[in-house]
Amino acid sequence: MIPAAFDYVRAGSAAEAIQLIGQYGDEAKFLAGGHSLVPAMKLRLAQPTVLVDIGRVSDLSYIRDGGDHIAIGALTRHMDVEKSPVLAEHVPLLAHAAGHVGDPQVRHRGTIGGSLAHADPASDLPATTLALGATYVAEGPNGTREIAAADFYQGYFTSALAPDEMLTEIRVPKMGGAGWSFQKFNRRAQDWAIVGVAAWQRGSECGVGLVNMASTPVLASSVAAAIAGGASAAEAAEAAASEADPQADLNASVEYRVHLAKVLTRRALEAAGG
Amino acid sequence: MTMTDDTTGVLGQRLLRREDPALLTGEARYTSDLPIPGALHLAVLRSPYARARIVSVDTSAAASMPGVTAVFSGADLADTWAGPMPCAWPVTEDMKSPTHYPLAVGQANYVGDGVACVLANSATAARDALDAIEVEYEPLEAVIDLEDALSDRVVIHDEIGTNRSYTWDLKIEESEGQVDQAFADAAYSVKERYIQQRLIPAAMEPRAVAAIPQPFGGDMTLYSATQVPHILKVMTALTLGIPEHQLRVVAPAVGGGFGSKLNVYAEELLCVALAKRTGSPVRWTETRSEGNQATIHGRGQIQDIELAADSDGRLTAVRVRLIGDMGAYLQLVTPGVPLLGAFLYAGVYELPKAYDFSCTSVFTNMTPTDAYRGAGRPEATYAIERAMDALAAEIGIDPLELRRRNFIPTASYPYEAMTGLVYDSGDHDRAATLAAEMIDYAGVRARQETQNVPGATKRLGIGVSTYFEMCGLAPSRVLASLNYGAGGWEAATVRVLPTNKIQVVTGTAPHGQGHETAWSMIVAEKMGVSPDDVDVLHSDTAIAPLGLDTYGSRSLSVGGVAIAIACDKVIDKAKQIAAHQLEANPDDLEFSGGEFRVAGSPDRAMPLAAVAFEAFTAHNLPDGLEPNLEAHTTYDPPNFSWPFGTHMCLVEVDTETGQVDVLKYVAVDDCGNQVNPLIVDGQVHGGVVQGLAQALYEEAVYDADGNLQTSTLAEYLVPAASDVPAIDTGHTITPSPTNQLGVKGIGEAGTIASTPAVINAIVDALSGLGVRDVKMPASPNTVWRAINEAQGGQQ
Repeated sequence: MIPAAFDYVRAGSAAEAIQLIGQYGDEAKFLAGGHSLVPAMKLRLAQPTVLVDIGRVSDLSYIRDGGDHIAIGALTRHMDVEKSPVLAEHVPLLAHAAGHVGDPQVRHRGTIGGSLAHADPASDLPATTLALGATYVAEGPNGTREIAAADFYQGYFTSALAPDEMLTEIRVPKMGGAGWSFQKFNRRAQDWAIVGVAAWQRGSECGVGLVNMASTPVLASSVAAAIAGGASAAEAAEAAASEADPQADLNASVEYRVHLAKVLTRRALEAAGG
Repeated sequence: MTMTDDTTGVLGQRLLRREDPALLTGEARYTSDLPIPGALHLAVLRSPYARARIVSVDTSAAASMPGVTAVFSGADLADTWAGPMPCAWPVTEDMKSPTHYPLAVGQANYVGDGVACVLANSATAARDALDAIEVEYEPLEAVIDLEDALSDRVVIHDEIGTNRSYTWDLKIEESEGQVDQAFADAAYSVKERYIQQRLIPAAMEPRAVAAIPQPFGGDMTLYSATQVPHILKVMTALTLGIPEHQLRVVAPAVGGGFGSKLNVYAEELLCVALAKRTGSPVRWTETRSEGNQATIHGRGQIQDIELAADSDGRLTAVRVRLIGDMGAYLQLVTPGVPLLGAFLYAGVYELPKAYDFSCTSVFTNMTPTDAYRGAGRPEATYAIERAMDALAAEIGIDPLELRRRNFIPTASYPYEAMTGLVYDSGDHDRAATLAAEMIDYAGVRARQETQNVPGATKRLGIGVSTYFEMCGLAPSRVLASLNYGAGGWEAATVRVLPTNKIQVVTGTAPHGQGHETAWSMIVAEKMGVSPDDVDVLHSDTAIAPLGLDTYGSRSLSVGGVAIAIACDKVIDKAKQIAAHQLEANPDDLEFSGGEFRVAGSPDRAMPLAAVAFEAFTAHNLPDGLEPNLEAHTTYDPPNFSWPFGTHMCLVEVDTETGQVDVLKYVAVDDCGNQVNPLIVDGQVHGGVVQGLAQALYEEAVYDADGNLQTSTLAEYLVPAASDVPAIDTGHTITPSPTNQLGVKGIGEAGTIASTPAVINAIVDALSGLGVRDVKMPASPNTVWRAINEAQGGQQ
């Protein structure tokens, strides 16, 4: 498990990181927690020639109350998201979902920004922040811009970030006491979800995000529409896979994934809306 | 000697393992931890094709890379080998075995087959250079399906002209045609097909090798993460044409094997050959993906089993047809694995002489298979225990009741089975009764009545598995009858040092079993010293020149007993010295608590420590007695050891998702007297988890082209601690009558018993939905599909 040779530079600030990634170009990669990138490098599936280590950019590790939303620095570790009292109060679904990422070692090293920017549809947090209607903040050579989670994911491991942009903050609307549920279905506790469902519901309003049901995380809009139209959880869940386009793998056939999405969505809505 | 009843003795105590502090703090030295100045690093280029002609290998670009010493293709090294890679178990006279070299020449036959190799001054340089070797392959059609292989539609190895390696039969009848007649007359019969999926052993420590030439053209020392330093020495010497006495093999700390390190591997031979060729030390450490591809796999069988029974459900005949998946080549004991199970397809049940077993083993374009924890016996136990459940369903009686009707009666022991093997001891009803109490079998059956109602989405199931483990490999004459290439004895030396500290030299090769702790306890009990005063030396052929290593749950029942016998010899000699000193007749001396006493004269006594010093100074020994207190023994066991037991598993199946939740697991194992119950429990826990992993999680998956789909631990699902249930262990103790310690093996029992217990529980839970079988591993998707199929495609 020896990666191909690469150069390593460490950034002290977001601005320096962006300058460095611009300087080294397409073959450079940001290194945050490293728990997605480094395994890929060890298998030589990824062979960046330069790693720009942003792990020491400490001013990007925070969880702040922004009034109607909670702002989370991109380099906040999963464990800090999981244990945050601010999130427990205002966005408990995200804190709970962060507690299901990988295993404790991964959660102590991996970061929320790294997970989202990696854009793995099988990861827990992209679908969760999507369901919550989060907005991501990206910083580039020309300043910062906001990207809605719904516009961020473009395909397998592909996001709306430009090569010289860096994800710096995640803004998640407060849940305002909505019910919620995170249904992660897998064979081993440490694994990616075979299918996952993140859902919140407040009266006839709900948000449902699906993990590992397409090449991107999926916002199950048809479910939300059905709930808004007065459907029961079971009725609405029948539409769970309407926006999905799942693939088969060793753990699940397409048919089984679709079935799981419906079962888990029903269970999530029953728990969230109950 | 009583062991379990003697609360003051050492044996039977739950002593913490002396091995663990070093292992748990990371101070233990594994092969890849050894500092070896000047070592060259080996890296192996592996075939990306399951079957391909090697048209050309261009090593020139790789050879010119920085840090690279040399690059070799298989053809470059063809004249290095005195013989092909060894298979020590030619099970039949006409067994076919394709020539197998450490690097393939002409044709690669599985994904992972070595094609070329690099020597470089760092592991990184060696790895980088692999990418620069240019190999031109002509891909050929691969054979993955066992029945397709059997058809010889595509013949993998031209030189043997068939994919069949051998057919081995074991037909036992009182009169000819008895099996057929029993099936014709049967009140009940079942015919089932079970698939033993391929498993990847996944020992925690990957394989690692270092070969170090000694100065002045002297001997070669081979360090390897192996279970079998002694066998490896003989085989390496033969394969490389090195005089055996000039080769020393050392197995440093070894982190698990489960059979996967019971082998002679290409990388071991490459390291020695290239160290010899270059005069430099050569080392290699496996990556996890290499381990999944190029370390042996386990299991891999199609089992067709038929049971015939009379109107009471008593077995009248068993017929078994196996297809064994050898993989691309025969490794050390590959062909013998199905034979180790061949005698056990009647389980722990009385069967008349109406047994018809036949196994045909075939080559495929997949990683070679070989012994994996249990080796043949888990497969056999799975088939009979699953088939017993099928038979119980056919008859319409409780599966535990069917087993009770068929158990070999306790009064029949020692019991000569229809195979001619003598089961030394057993009490199956007692083990089953204890397990049933521990899991509240009757209570579970009552809960099922209320829980498993139509429309229920959480269904409760209970699974039973009873077993015999034929282990303690083995009486050498029995191994001879099976055409095995070696004996089954074990050697031990016990040496009392002048200060009354004791060295034990054993031929066993522990790799996680706790032999240092257990052997010190046996010696402490025998010699009346503290276990702390006993040092156990092992796994170095310069220290322990004779031994047959560790596998097949043999170490205690063969190697441990050898140590006890060596202790007896030392005590006999010490008694002569003490008698001489005490001016008494040796026959009048008693030895206990580390002291010789003259019977009836308690004041006339001599401690072992004093005898040891006398033996050392040799100033005043009986005439003709050699100085020093030391004895060597080689012990050939008179029989296998026959641990047995009953496991029960309680599951709840979510019929909406197919998820199986193991609610409770009970293991009742009888391994005779227990030297250290803590170690016994550990072996049971690990074994149960490994067997449960086969039932629920693990499978080496290949696609139709022979690509391994589970090449990392992200795809190959070894369960973690959070994925397995708490395990309740219970024990009955039926001492083995065949050895002085009364012990039996326990290394594989958990793996043997647990797999069918789990699957039986799942099928039991779903029987109300019409499910009769669930394939392994019973993943949620697989269970869900089984429910759907049983419901005619509808849920």
